[in-house]
Formats: sequence, structure tokens, C-alpha cells
Amino acid sequence: MTDRSGELLAIADRVVALAQSGELVEAYVSRSLSTDVRVYEGEVEHFVSAQSEGIGIRVIRDGRTGTSYAGTLDPAVIADVLAEARDNLGYGEVDEWSGLAEPDGVAVTPQVLWSERLESVPTARKIELAKELERLARAADSRVRVDDSNYSDAFGEAAVATTTGIRVSGRENGCYLSVGTLADDGDETQTGFGFSVGRDVDELDIEKAAREAADRATRLLGATKPASRRVTVVLDPFVTAQFLGIIGGTLNGDSVVKGRSLFANRLGDQVASPLVTLVDDPTNPLAYTATDIDGEGLAARRNVLIDRGTLGMFVQSSYSARRMGVATTGNGTRGGYAGSPGAGCLALQVVPGTRSQAAIVAGIDDGILIQQVQGLHSGVNPVSGDFSTGAAGITIANGTLGAPVREFTIASTLQKMLLDIAEVGGDLEWLPMRATGVSLVIHDVTMSGA
Amino acid sequence: MIDNDVLERVLSAALRTGADFAEIFASDWRGTGVGLDDGRIEQLSTGRNRGAGIRVISGETTGFAHTADLTETGLLAAARVAADAARQGGGGTRVVALTARPSRTVSPIDIDPSTVAKTAKVELLRRVDDAARSTGGAITQVSAGYSDGRTLIVVANSDGLVARDERIRTLLRVSAVANGDTGMQTGFDSVGHTMGFELFDKVQVEDVARTAATRALTKLKARPAPSGSLPVVIKAGSGGVLFHEACGHGLEADLVAKGASVYRGKVGELVASPLVTLVDDGTMTHEWGAIAIDDEGHPSQYNVLIENGVLTDYMWDYLRARKEGRPQSGNGRRQSYKDLPMVRMTNTYVLNGSESPDDIIRDTESGVYVAHLGGGSVNTATGDFVFGMTEAYLIENGEITEPLREGNLIGNGPQVLRDIDRLGNDFAMGNPGTCGKDGQGVPVGDGQPTLRVKALTIGGTAS
Repeated sequence: MTDRSGELLAIADRVVALAQSGELVEAYVSRSLSTDVRVYEGEVEHFVSAQSEGIGIRVIRDGRTGTSYAGTLDPAVIADVLAEARDNLGYGEVDEWSGLAEPDGVAVTPQVLWSERLESVPTARKIELAKELERLARAADSRVRVDDSNYSDAFGEAAVATTTGIRVSGRENGCYLSVGTLADDGDETQTGFGFSVGRDVDELDIEKAAREAADRATRLLGATKPASRRVTVVLDPFVTAQFLGIIGGTLNGDSVVKGRSLFANRLGDQVASPLVTLVDDPTNPLAYTATDIDGEGLAARRNVLIDRGTLGMFVQSSYSARRMGVATTGNGTRGGYAGSPGAGCLALQVVPGTRSQAAIVAGIDDGILIQQVQGLHSGVNPVSGDFSTGAAGITIANGTLGAPVREFTIASTLQKMLLDIAEVGGDLEWLPMRATGVSLVIHDVTMSGA
Repeated sequence: MIDNDVLERVLSAALRTGADFAEIFASDWRGTGVGLDDGRIEQLSTGRNRGAGIRVISGETTGFAHTADLTETGLLAAARVAADAARQGGGGTRVVALTARPSRTVSPIDIDPSTVAKTAKVELLRRVDDAARSTGGAITQVSAGYSDGRTLIVVANSDGLVARDERIRTLLRVSAVANGDTGMQTGFDSVGHTMGFELFDKVQVEDVARTAATRALTKLKARPAPSGSLPVVIKAGSGGVLFHEACGHGLEADLVAKGASVYRGKVGELVASPLVTLVDDGTMTHEWGAIAIDDEGHPSQYNVLIENGVLTDYMWDYLRARKEGRPQSGNGRRQSYKDLPMVRMTNTYVLNGSESPDDIIRDTESGVYVAHLGGGSVNTATGDFVFGMTEAYLIENGEITEPLREGNLIGNGPQVLRDIDRLGNDFAMGNPGTCGKDGQGVPVGDGQPTLRVKALTIGGTAS
């Protein structure tokens, strides 16, 4: 896709130029293009070519905010969207902290988030990658079938302009492979999955994705339901990434100012094991969700949320920062053109330790390697901190991986779990999500089974 | 939205590379959302999304492209991309002649929300905030959302089908935070129906607000949930998600066809307690998952999936029904014009049994009473599923006693279906839900009478 970010910015500029006296106006314009190829049993099951564009407009006057959006960049519709947002603000209530982001002098970190080569990858190559992934996963073990083997890529451009002087655009692209596997033994079936992400197809590790997907499914064959007890768990990197997403959600200024963060009033406290340094770093191009700018058009930046166990800061949008009386952290997030910005993490990561997962497991006498979790969205309450999730994994006995287990839950509270972290692995894994994986050892988790 | 002669020309173009089947799904959505948080109406937002997705099937391959440009030029461009994506060689000309399906109405609308003044929508949330906060002094935060949406749909395909529909849904959600010595707790409730603004003549928003607030307040006194296997009684209208996860997904023909369901090859077999008759019903007037036609243009249906414990049928969309040479079941759905249709549930529920719910509780020596469930998820290949309890109590000596903190329950679908040993006569539908599959969310409903499962694993922290 030709670089149209200038064009998007021009559209945003034209909207902002229509601001009336006494109005704050923000225009967010985005465009994306994505491909999704799914292969099943050697054939292309589907090939989806998706293109999307839209605009979201916020208008603020006298402390009242109105918003409107549309999934088109048709100039006539954009005029309607602006008029609607203006009308809608009449129904919002006055909020003394309402406002837009303002330029804060932080420069965009130079990073390469756009691969020209990814744009020129022929369709046939994308299909071949998905087919090869399926072949390799099936070849890894005779008991393995493949549920779906996918190649996906995404190209996104966005521009933000405001009456407060924000005027930026950015673009990113990336691709990933994902495969879902089934392993059969008699009447029993177990499942596995594998991923690999990159900015370019040459960065994709197809062998690793296939091997991990096959291993994950086959090693659960014969799994039984374990007895209920307290246990040390090792979270697989993919599981850790899912937990980090939830923990990150409790560390934002929006939750704090609205009385929903269990870490409010805990700045400077030891909230996690001293082994834990949690950063949000969208300036690391290895992270799939790395970005130049946040959803309000400020430079994305590296923020240390928890420093060796001590809670150092919350991530902020311009609104939450204003209300808390702190500097913004460049963490305005928005769900595309239809969403309004809130405060959120962009690319979370626990600073890694040194040991491999195998070395960590070798040092554990009695525990469970948690390979997959299920139902985090229904089993974790980010306000109270209670968490309970379905899980499947492998028993660790005397430093060796042993019998597989499934149909159990692990439970604790987020507060306790952070303090119970006993080791961070050295095995960072980049995933197609907002958090990076790494092995984590956590003591004293309640396992509920038979 | 798009004239039939344009649809015919675009479908013919989509077939140009020799495809077996082509389809246009176009939709025009307009909606309003109002958000209240922290004691104030934060904003009112209006939106519009319209566009068309074009699906072209050649042999085993589906090509798909979508566009926000509903002019003939825009549709033809998308048709070319989809046709190229599905290309199998060959080619030729096929003329498509559309025959309109008679339109039907499953959920008649009294008051189109787009004709209602924005102030009336704002006023609902002010009432919610007042009612929730006055439920108890420990309520420290309330957030609430109102949303409505009206979607016009047209589906046309190369088999000559053309169908049009209008869908209107209205939703209110309330979330409350209570603060006490034990920390913060949350409570949630919602009401949503395939109906217009008359919803608020039938439902008092204060009741929804108080329910959410009471849930949060109750949990301030809650103790950690047990850890381990216990009998579980699920209140009528709160546990339909159990069936949605324990077997609903596993009865979707696309998963069955790939051998990714524990229910594959089980039609005609006893898969549940003989007490259980499970239905998926897209025709259930005004329910959240009600649709007149599915997103492939097929009329919605009342489908019996399990009858007296015996598996009678799976749910079907166009693609899977075509492969099996059997009729569709009205379960082909998609999130939007940007997505491919898949086999999806609509309103999934268990029919009434014969017992009084009080008897079921009284006959339970020791267990857990679940009065409200959150979401859930399932691994259809193993049948292992979880669902969250957001309001639950201990049952001791046949009586409901202390409230419990939140947690997930885990079970294995086929086992849990067999372990249902009591079924009440107090059927009720539950909260509106959004079912996620393969990254797409669609509105669904669920329901059931009070029932008991002999043993489920409760994922709490108390021994």
C-alpha cells in the first residue's frame, strides 16, 4: 500500500480547520489492510483480503465532550460526523478535566516498523507459508492433525490532528503464522498451538511454530485430572503474556482516578517480588504492537511500571494525567476510529532473567508447568484481584517433566501472585498480542481438581 | 440499500473466474452509545458503518473481500478481489437471476431508537447512577452504558437468493464497585433485547442498577470460594452459558467436520442426562440472539439439538450443509460485513423440567448455589470448559448460606451433561451475551430452569 499517511493527515487537518471558536477538536483517521490465509488439509480454506478505513472526531466545548465516527473517508460523511460530534457534546456533562492531548516535547523514538518488503510478498508465497506450516506440524508426529494453519499480515496507518497542536501520523506492518493442532490417541484428543511473528516473512520461524504446536498437543495425551492442592507453577511464555495483559490493565491512570485500581495509593510500595521489573515498551520494534505514536498522537515511550518489585508509575492518557496532576506517559489507547482514547499499556514486558525454561524446570521438585489457560476473561476480576482460571499442563517431579494434567483450575489473587513470583525466565517470546511472553515461576497457587 | 439488478451484475462478475458460488452481504449500521462513569455522562457517541463483504467459493476454497464503497464500481472491485482469491482456473459467464424471499418479522419494533431524543437516553443513565448509589453507602463507583443500533441487511447469492432484513437491538449495562474492609468488589447486570426503545417501558432501569449494586455489596461479605469438586445448583436464567460452552460450541458443524468436537459421530447417542432437551432458537421473539434471517439469508429456525438426552442434530451454515448435502439450519452468522460467516448459536436454552427449585436446593446437603454467571469458554476438542461465577453462595444442609467470592468452575462437557441430576420448572432466559469465535463476536441469548450438576470443580482458593 502506497504511503498514504500524508493523505490521512491532510484529512485530519481539514477537520481541525473547521473548529469553531471555543471548541477543541480532535480528528483520528486510520486505514488498514490485512490478509488472512487459512489452509486445511493442503487446500486454501479461505483467503480474506480486508480493507478498512474510518474517522473518529471528538469535539469539546465548555468541558463537555461529544464524539462521532464513521467507517468511511467520504468527505460528505466526514462533514456529518463533525456535525454529529458537535451535537452530541450537548448531552455530555461538564468535566473539568476534559481536554485533548497537547504536544509534550517528547520526540518519537526512531524505529523501523514498516517493511517495504512485506508489501511485495506475493499471494502465492503467503499461501505456501501456511501450507508449509501445516505440512511441518503434521510431519512432526503421526498422531497430529491440523485444525487450521494460518498466515496473517496487517498494514496500519493512522493520523491524529488537534486544535491543541498535535499533528502526527504513523504506520506499522507485520505478519504472523499461527497453527492449531489436534493430537489423537484412541478416543482421546488434545489440542496445541504455535505462533511466530515478524515484520517480514523472512523473520518467521516456521519450524518452531510447527514443532511447538505438535509438542503441545501430543504431550497432553493421557492427561488426567489432578488432586486439589497448593502448588508451584511455571507459566509458559504464552500464558504469562495473557496474565501480563490483565495486570497491565490494573496499572492505568483511568482505573486509579475512577476508583477501580487495586493498586491505587500503592505507588512506592513493594507490590511484586524484587525479581519483577515490568515495562511497557512500544519503542522496541521486536514487539508486535510497537508503535511510534499513541492513540492521542503523542510519542510512544518506554515506561517502567514496576521496578524490582516497587510500583513506580501508572500509564496515563492525557485525561487521566491531567486529573491525577502528573505528566502524560504517551499511553492513550483507542480501539480504532470508533473508540475514544483511554489509558492503557501498549507493549508490556517483564524484563527477562537468564535461565531457559528447561533449566528452571530442572530446579523444581514438585510443580506444574502451565501450558494453556482457559477462561481468563470470566475468571479474573481486575478490580478485586481475585483470579481463577482453567488450565492444562505437565506435572514437574524432581526436576523432570512427567505426566500431563487437565481439567483443573489455578487460583490466587493478582496481588499475592505478583509477590509470589520466584523466577523470571530468560526466554522472551514475541507474540501477536500486547504483551511479551516469558516463563514465570510462581509459588503457592491453589490448584483445584478432583 | 442495493438494487437487485446491481446485485445480479456483481454476482455474475464474482463468478467470472469459474467459482461455484458467490454471495454479497451488505449492511448499513447506525448506532448511538452513551457512557456514564464516575457520576457523570462522559459522552454521547454516534456512529455509522456500512459496507459489503463478497464471498466466492471454488471447490474447497473461499475467497473473501469487503468494501465500504456500496456503489456498483466499489462492489465490482471487491468482487474481483474475492474471485481472484478463490480462483481455481476455468472461467466463463454465468447469469444470476435473483428471486426475492418473502420478508418476515421475528421481533416487531414499536419505537425505533433512532427516533428517540438523545436526552431520553441520557436520562436513563442518570436514573441508573442514582439507583445504584442509593442501594448502599459502600457503593463507590458506577459505570453504565446505553447503546442502540439499527442494521439494514441485504444478502444475495448466485443460487438466486436475495433477502433483506432490518435488525434493531437495545442494550443497557451497569457495573458497580463496592468498597469495604476486604477491598473492592464489583457487580454487574445488563438487559438487552432485539427490540426498540419500548424496552424501557417493560424494564425499570432502577431494577438493573440495584441488581448490579447488590451483587457488589453482597461480595464485600463473601468468603473465598471452595477449591475442589462439589454439587452445584444453578439458578434459572443464570446458567445457560453452561450449555453454550459444555455442548453448544461442540455442536457447530464446522468444528464437527474438522474432528475438533467431542460430539463428532454422536448423533442418535445418549450424550446427556435424559432430563435435558436443548434447543437453539433464532425465532425467539425479542431475545438478544433473535434474527429473522441468518447472515446468509436463510430463515432462522427452532432447532432441537438434544432431545431427552439424545443428540439429534448439529447446527449448520451454508458451507457445511452444502458439503453434507443437507438443509441449512439458520445458523450462518458473522460479526459484520467485514467477516466470513461461520456456524454460530442464536438463543440456546434447556426446556423446563418438572421440579420445584426449592426442592432441588433443599435436597442438596452441601454444595454451591450459583445465582449469576459471567462468561465462559470451551476447548471443543477435549470438551473441557470453564465459566465464571459472579454471584454465588454456599449450600449447607439444604439451605443457601454465605456468599462466595468470584471464581471459575471447570468441567468436561459430556461428563457434566450426564451429571445433571435435577431439573426445575422455572425456566428463564439470562442476560444478553456476546459469543466469541475465531475473533468474531455475535449477540446470543441463553436460558435454563434451575438445575443441579452432581459434581463440578470449583476453582476457589479455600480448602
